[in-house]
Amino acid sequence: MSVQTSTHPAPRNDWLWHLGVVAFVAIWWLVYHQLIPFAEWLTALFPVDRHSHTGEALAFFFYDVPKVMMLLTLIVFAMGVVRSFISPERTRALLAGRRAGVGNVLAALLGVVTPFCSCSAVPLFIGLVSAGVPLGVTFSFLISAPMVNEVALALLFGLVGWKVAVIYFVFGLGVAIVAGWIIGKLRLEGWLQDWVRDIHSGASSPATTEGDRLSMVDRYRLGIEAVREIFGRVWLWIILGIGMGALIHGYVPEDLMARIMGADAWWSVPAAVIIGIPMYTNAAGVIPIVEALLGKGAALGTVLAFMMSVIALSLPEMIILRQVLTLRLIAVFAAVVGSGILAVGFLFNFLF
Amino acid sequence: MEIKVLGPGCAKCKATAELITRVAAETGKDVTVEKIEDMRQIVGHGVMTTPAVVIGDKVVHKGSVPSRDDVLAWLS
Repeated sequence: MSVQTSTHPAPRNDWLWHLGVVAFVAIWWLVYHQLIPFAEWLTALFPVDRHSHTGEALAFFFYDVPKVMMLLTLIVFAMGVVRSFISPERTRALLAGRRAGVGNVLAALLGVVTPFCSCSAVPLFIGLVSAGVPLGVTFSFLISAPMVNEVALALLFGLVGWKVAVIYFVFGLGVAIVAGWIIGKLRLEGWLQDWVRDIHSGASSPATTEGDRLSMVDRYRLGIEAVREIFGRVWLWIILGIGMGALIHGYVPEDLMARIMGADAWWSVPAAVIIGIPMYTNAAGVIPIVEALLGKGAALGTVLAFMMSVIALSLPEMIILRQVLTLRLIAVFAAVVGSGILAVGFLFNFLF
Repeated sequence: MEIKVLGPGCAKCKATAELITRVAAETGKDVTVEKIEDMRQIVGHGVMTTPAVVIGDKVVHKGSVPSRDDVLAWLS
């Protein structure tokens, strides 16, 4: 984020921006409530029976794509504005020297709101560890940042409902907190790559501190920038994901999913976690599939486990982390997080 | 003038290096852009988010592709 460019003209322009944001939200609201008629109208243009498999799949697709895109726009914009108040440097200052426990909770929460991109995972990791943030606390941050993010929450809220979104949020944080705490207890600092430990002991030069003198308009701009960037990254995944979801919705027989992903099949939870790890997609691609699976009778715990494992345990991320962690430490990381996800899956299948 | 772009080779890092090279060519400034992809060196500058831009020994930008105006300001 650059700060040199806060030379926007006189505050006269500010109220126009505020007004623009309010108007946008109002229009958004109106359009959002017209999506079902719109999807039905669009489906009717196709020469297929509305109640056939194809008709069901098309209606699902035409309703979900605009709905997800609209929800994402609003939530990513809002998060972009919120994140302009929090920089990784500020997070580091908040976490440095924290003890386990409180530190893990704080780190997991900050992971939700700190700007994070997986290509910055390594410098961020080192920045935290070298500033005296305990390893376990750093892991809490690193687990929660990709898993509990606004894209996942927006999609869950829009597609599956607010209850599942809240459950995902709470238990995602829970896994990050507990897994980080356990890794901290194991005292694995020695399993970092050698060069990282050297930086650890030496003084790393603090990055230039930026002033937080952004105007509200600058923050709006950052929000818009976030929308542009995230859409550029996820739009294809969303369309593929919803396409897959639409196929499941239209063609997969009702009882098939209940049988292989239902609560009675205990092995479905570990299977979901193992299948999820090599799958490289993000929340945007996996949640439409999740919605369709739930609709076909898959158990909530199994589906939660699948979703968390796809998003939180990905091979590409482990390969990136390989630069700073030894294989042993990555294995522990995967095992601890995987067990946490398993526990969440079993718990929900047991409760519901 | 020597400008370093720090980043592990992600798309935004490439975009940053290209932007600076292009603006430098347009304004006719004598600028060498060096891409630093080695994680140790990146971390050595104390940045936590990439791409970052370093001029002299100072981190002037980090975490995103800079705007054109930013680049112009650095070059002048």
